[in-house]
Amino acid sequence: MTTVTTKGGRKKEEGITWDVFAQGLWRDNPVLVMLLGLCPVLAVSNSAVNALAMGLATTFVLVSSGALVSLLRHLIPKQVRIATYIVIIATFVTIVDYLIQAISLDLYNALGAFIQLIVVNCIILGRAEAYASRNTLGRAVVNATGMGLGFTLALLALGSIREILGAGSLFGIDLFGKGFEPWVVMIMPPGGFIVLSLLLVAFNWINQRLGRQIEQSEGCGHGT
Amino acid sequence: MSGSHEIRHAPRTSPWPLIATLGGVAMLSGLLVVAVYQFTKPIIAENQRQAVARAIGRVIPGAVSNRAFRVENGRLVPAGPQARGEVIYAGYDVKGRLIGIAAKAGAQGYADMIHMLYGYDPATQRILGFEVLKMAETPGLGDKITTDEGFLANFPLDATVEEGKLRHEIVTVKHGRKRNPWEIDAISGATISSRAVGKALNASAQRLLPIIRSQLDVLRRNGPEAGGGKR
Repeated sequence: MTTVTTKGGRKKEEGITWDVFAQGLWRDNPVLVMLLGLCPVLAVSNSAVNALAMGLATTFVLVSSGALVSLLRHLIPKQVRIATYIVIIATFVTIVDYLIQAISLDLYNALGAFIQLIVVNCIILGRAEAYASRNTLGRAVVNATGMGLGFTLALLALGSIREILGAGSLFGIDLFGKGFEPWVVMIMPPGGFIVLSLLLVAFNWINQRLGRQIEQSEGCGHGT
Repeated sequence: MSGSHEIRHAPRTSPWPLIATLGGVAMLSGLLVVAVYQFTKPIIAENQRQAVARAIGRVIPGAVSNRAFRVENGRLVPAGPQARGEVIYAGYDVKGRLIGIAAKAGAQGYADMIHMLYGYDPATQRILGFEVLKMAETPGLGDKITTDEGFLANFPLDATVEEGKLRHEIVTVKHGRKRNPWEIDAISGATISSRAVGKALNASAQRLLPIIRSQLDVLRRNGPEAGGGKR
């Protein structure tokens, strides 16, 4: 890790650390902590395949736009920075739109308008403005990858639970046989809200337990 | 007047760097999009051709090749696989004989438009079946139109053309009330989606089948030997 001194005399870390990557996976997870991009999260998480494809498409746009914004950060005047970021993001959304059509038309039809709507996903503009425009290319790419994977994992968890309960399958593979009566509401919009809220409860409960364990271990450390 | 009362303005920024930045980024964006478009265009076209061919194969059993025809002023004109506008597909068997026609139909379903491709047998004047190309019907309810065995047993469906129109309108009736071969027995609990199938088929058949029947010789003459596509 290297440390540089800014104009104001403050020291700022410039290296790539594990925390830069892991920030989006757990501590600042875009879905489970920041509650960003919930529209596609609820809309396309009715099956594991759709959730994975949307997560990977968003990750691609996040990483590519983060890289380009970081590369051009010294050239973009602050007055037009948001307009420029939107053009860059829209470019990569158009690219991913063509790529998904080339990979699978069935997948493209299943994801519907939500591929084009990645352009207005606030996670991407948020990372461009708050992180990529202030950090080196390496840090921007690593952070965007972590954020993208965090988004994908949350979406995949939601999609898997909804597909298992609502269709009795995972990635289209039947899990319970013909005797299973699917809980259809789970793959409909109300199911998205129900499963997301349960995931948020579970995530916060785990976080609180982890926090208490850390506090206790620190307390024991001071006592000895 | 003393200088202490002067209003201080922020230093004016020249617009040229802003225009140059936006212009430069837009050009870079255009280049990237065009490059990816050119790269993916043939792959997407091939995917679309295969998807249509698969659907044609399912709605015209036994078809090994097909050819697109554009509907122009009440006539059928041979067209390429990427033809735009109103298009029908003639399906041919191994010997190149016309065995069926596939046409697109669509109607408003419960959640969104239901787009489908249906097969028509000119020899028996019946609609053989349909394949949904795109829909957003409720999972477990409306989407049963593609899986419900009772509903799919409605086909073949009578679509006899007489005096330039269907002899009987294709209609969807309540579950259990089908009495005639041109009626569609609705799925109980998915009436709106079932009605949409009937509406779509009736509208398309009323418009296209009289044209197809009057132009069957065009479809036979322009078979696979004349440049039809393979499945």
